[in-house]
Amino acid sequence: MTDKATIQAGWEPRIAAFLCNWCSYAGADLAGVSRIQYPPNVRVIRVPCSGRINPLFVVKALQSGLDGVLVSGCHPGDCHYISGNLYARRKFALMKNLLEYVGIEPNRVHFSWVSAAEGIRFAQLLDGVIESVRELGPTTKMIKKLEAVQ
Amino acid sequence: MSYQEDVRREAAKLLDEKTVHLFIGYADSDLPLKTAAHAIRSSADADQLVWNPACTANLAALLPDLLKRPEGFRGEWEPPKVGILAKGCVSRSIVGLIKANQIPRDALTIVGIACDGMVSRHWVVDQLGTAELVDATIDGGKVSVRASDGTEKTFDLDEALAPNCRVCTHRAAVIHDVAIGEAAEMDVDEAARYESVRAFAEKALDDRWAAFEEEISRCIRCYACREACPNCYCNECFAEETEPKWIGVTTDLSDLMLFHLGRAFHQAGRCVDCGACVAACPQAIDLRLLNQKINHDVQTLYGGEVSVSLEQPEPLLQFRMEDDEGFMTDPG
Repeated sequence: MTDKATIQAGWEPRIAAFLCNWCSYAGADLAGVSRIQYPPNVRVIRVPCSGRINPLFVVKALQSGLDGVLVSGCHPGDCHYISGNLYARRKFALMKNLLEYVGIEPNRVHFSWVSAAEGIRFAQLLDGVIESVRELGPTTKMIKKLEAVQ
Repeated sequence: MSYQEDVRREAAKLLDEKTVHLFIGYADSDLPLKTAAHAIRSSADADQLVWNPACTANLAALLPDLLKRPEGFRGEWEPPKVGILAKGCVSRSIVGLIKANQIPRDALTIVGIACDGMVSRHWVVDQLGTAELVDATIDGGKVSVRASDGTEKTFDLDEALAPNCRVCTHRAAVIHDVAIGEAAEMDVDEAARYESVRAFAEKALDDRWAAFEEEISRCIRCYACREACPNCYCNECFAEETEPKWIGVTTDLSDLMLFHLGRAFHQAGRCVDCGACVAACPQAIDLRLLNQKINHDVQTLYGGEVSVSLEQPEPLLQFRMEDDEGFMTDPG
């Protein structure tokens, strides 16, 4: 964990949010059109379904230097594809436990359900996620130190 | 107890009867305490087969390539009839491959064999310090080794047993057409089986990371673990995919970690803890560190041991509405 004193002034966490097209992305959209403020630290990536998200996306995001990852899909029972989120739940449980087991801070990786009607909840969730990542400081583990050869 | 003669007799019989075109077993290799997978096509070669506590390879890993329709093959594909020697873990891998539609059951004649566990070659080499292992004999519950500096040592098989064999729950084949020998009953409860996971998880977060870094930093990315694994039958492995490029061709530790996390995760719900990857690793990386964690979670969260019967569904191909959500941020 990064010592708070070493965090550079002006550092802001950067977070990738993988949102499913039908619920969570629409929820984020609702937050937007309802003019609900949420922090700009998040980069939203829209995917068809939480079942589409390869758990390696999460690891790859951490390797690429993102400070945190949020994965979000429809509530159980609400999946547009009936059960994609329920398969995803098993995959993510295993991946999150594995990452924590090897020593990656549990608060770097978040999973949550957000429906299309939960604009306020989406904003609150993001506030919480970003706050928890801010407390951890910049990511140091798993990050790739070599620059990619262009 | 050694069943080597029974293995040879059974292989010869199957080949003579023309029940199988080839028989897969183990043969001695050039290295002490190491056997190699070996296929014979004629009963005259049956005496090349061996069965001893150095038969660590998982022979099921050979089956998909043998039995799958070759790429570009036109016409009706008739897979060869294959006989295979299967200790408990190999038979479980075969079950997994059949369920994943990678191999047809009717092409196989499974010769189940009672297994007393395998010797950890890494452990034996460790006992010799910097000297090289030049000769080894296994006899009567003892393994005697000679090192390059002339020292000779003898170990009990029990103390040299591979860690995965210590917590093995299926020493006899779970499916078989012919069975050789009787396996000792194993009394390993879940707590004992995952003791290593519990002990590792007890360490502080940063100590776990340091240990993980230390372990993975030895990886030379030879992919021997992947080649040894029966579950690694993908036509294109994520390690070599270029669109997207998961793993950079660098010496960066994070690339090694990504490979190992990905490899372990791809075993979720399918790993039978045969130890073939560990035995194959030239760097003696404890690959079970990651595999066993996932095995533990699959078993405790989704119930049951994987690949013990053909009827049982795969844990990651099903779900329950009430699956655990303890890992989630603010569920509800």
